[in-house]
Amino acid sequence: MSVASATAPSGPGSAARLWSVLARLPLTGQIGVAILVFWAITVVSVQLWPIADPLMMAGRRLQPPGGDHWLGTDALGRDVLSRTLHGAAYTIPVAVMVVVSAVVIGSALGAIAGYFGGWWDSVIMRTADVTLSFPPILLAMTVAATLGPGLPNAGLAMIVVWWPIYARLMRAQVLEVRTREHVEAAVAGGAGRWRVLIVHILPLCWTPTLINATMDFGQVALLAASLSFIGLGAVPPSPEWGSMIAEGAAKFYSWWIAFGPGMAILSVVLATSFLGDGLRDVFDRRGGR
Amino acid sequence: MLRYIIRRVLGVPFLLLGVASVAFLLAQSTKGDPLSALVPERMMNNTEIVAAVKAQWGLDQPLPVRYGIYMKNLVQGDMGTSFNTRRPVARDIADRLPATLELVFAAMMIGTAVGVGIGLLSARFRHTLFDNGARGFALLGSSLPIFWSGLIMLYIFSVQLKWTPGTGRLDARTAPPEGVTGFYTVDALLAGDWPLFVQAASHLTLPALVLGWSVIGIVARLVRSSLLEALGQDYVRTARAKGASERIVLINHALRNALIPVLTVLGFTFAYLITGAVLTEAIFSWPGIGSYAVSAARSLDYPAIGGVTIVGATAFLLANLVTDIAYAWANPRIKVSG
Repeated sequence: MSVASATAPSGPGSAARLWSVLARLPLTGQIGVAILVFWAITVVSVQLWPIADPLMMAGRRLQPPGGDHWLGTDALGRDVLSRTLHGAAYTIPVAVMVVVSAVVIGSALGAIAGYFGGWWDSVIMRTADVTLSFPPILLAMTVAATLGPGLPNAGLAMIVVWWPIYARLMRAQVLEVRTREHVEAAVAGGAGRWRVLIVHILPLCWTPTLINATMDFGQVALLAASLSFIGLGAVPPSPEWGSMIAEGAAKFYSWWIAFGPGMAILSVVLATSFLGDGLRDVFDRRGGR
Repeated sequence: MLRYIIRRVLGVPFLLLGVASVAFLLAQSTKGDPLSALVPERMMNNTEIVAAVKAQWGLDQPLPVRYGIYMKNLVQGDMGTSFNTRRPVARDIADRLPATLELVFAAMMIGTAVGVGIGLLSARFRHTLFDNGARGFALLGSSLPIFWSGLIMLYIFSVQLKWTPGTGRLDARTAPPEGVTGFYTVDALLAGDWPLFVQAASHLTLPALVLGWSVIGIVARLVRSSLLEALGQDYVRTARAKGASERIVLINHALRNALIPVLTVLGFTFAYLITGAVLTEAIFSWPGIGSYAVSAARSLDYPAIGGVTIVGATAFLLANLVTDIAYAWANPRIKVSG
């Protein structure tokens, strides 16, 4: 396995390397990238778009899709398409924050557990085991309910759910890499323990974590929406996708209220699983050569 | 192998202890007054009852003592009283558990049957339009937000087409069957009440389909890949050389061996379904512990959420344990460590 060649690109030439990875993705992976880029652009610029205000009445109530309102209007006469596009700015940043935090916290703890072993390993990994003993949605619901409703609290709850996965991944990687010759050479050369871990081991451990984080992103967005749907995430009148679907469930016969946000969640989940599969193909093929 | 099983089984009580401790700590860190969770509001003025409950739960004691009391009550099956129903959480859960299990088992049967079928046909007609279409169908099932697909399916099949009845386990004003299992379909059959069975089954169909769809992909992908692996084996070549038809080779020879890993993944799908059931029940007003947990979470009913979490984690742990052991048993070559 040439894991070294597959570490995160950095420094000069990283744009070119990123491009070469993109170019080698299968078609589905490239579609996934396109969808995610669309949502990323939406998140940062949706405030400037010439569309209806997501919080204000834009027309008659419960209007089916058509002419003025492509995805109809909800029970308060708000434009569903506009609310769906604005909803990206709630769900996606939360999902990004959760995945990044879970990766950083989980990887740090997993690396410490794997490298220092002993007491550290026991405490960290047993905590991870207990956390993974809960069905994810129940643990997230319990933590979110304890912290109180609100999107930031739902985000914290999801970090609690997700960090052990990355701790396990990173620990396994560190255990494998620490036995390699270049690490032994560094130790023999008198490098300190932290230096060995950070300079000689960690750079070789990121590939599985990055691929997993990509795949998980959609699942995190899905869980965020689920928590909002239950009423533990975003609070009305925020146009968050999960809470919009909850509003749609309350006005059951007006199916279009839930249609837009549902499609939005589906597109994010599909895009990340396409991209994750594609990335795994690219890096595995490289490793096989 | 035996050592692995023993170590895994011995680990379960410790994990359960950890689960209960987490539930305790979370319940302790809520902002509300725990007394209000234990004493019905109209009894708050009754000092005798308040004092008795305080003594029972040790609310005047320091944290470690309270922890001990909590654990003692938990072992005796006492999880406190729900804010919403004003009933012991343990009894609420016991009443609602059969509904959840009936839904999960039905979904598991659908997911397994359809998954094996799709996996079989995908392996037979691999890299064809059918293969790709089936993979797309399975991927869709695992990517759809279940609380949305349930809503859409309910709208299509129940409101528009009227093929299935509405939400709930039975029509309004229908008495549930008397019975021991708590599974309405099974109890109706045992009672010999055919119309009631049809009604219960038709109510079960749509939520079970929605939930089952979410695990078809896991099963189908596994069946397809292990079938393809089996098809490359020598005994399959021998069977072909003897002139067995493709159908015979596939079903009598390859499938038999390919199903072993599928059996082991069932525990995993069960664990996955527990999670999906929470949201499915919320959409279909299915009176199980999932919808109980959702309404508890919505109204911040901490004892109820804690109770469901402990029960859910126990089921999840046991399912994972069975899966891991079955997996190690079916694949003696895998390295069991860590």
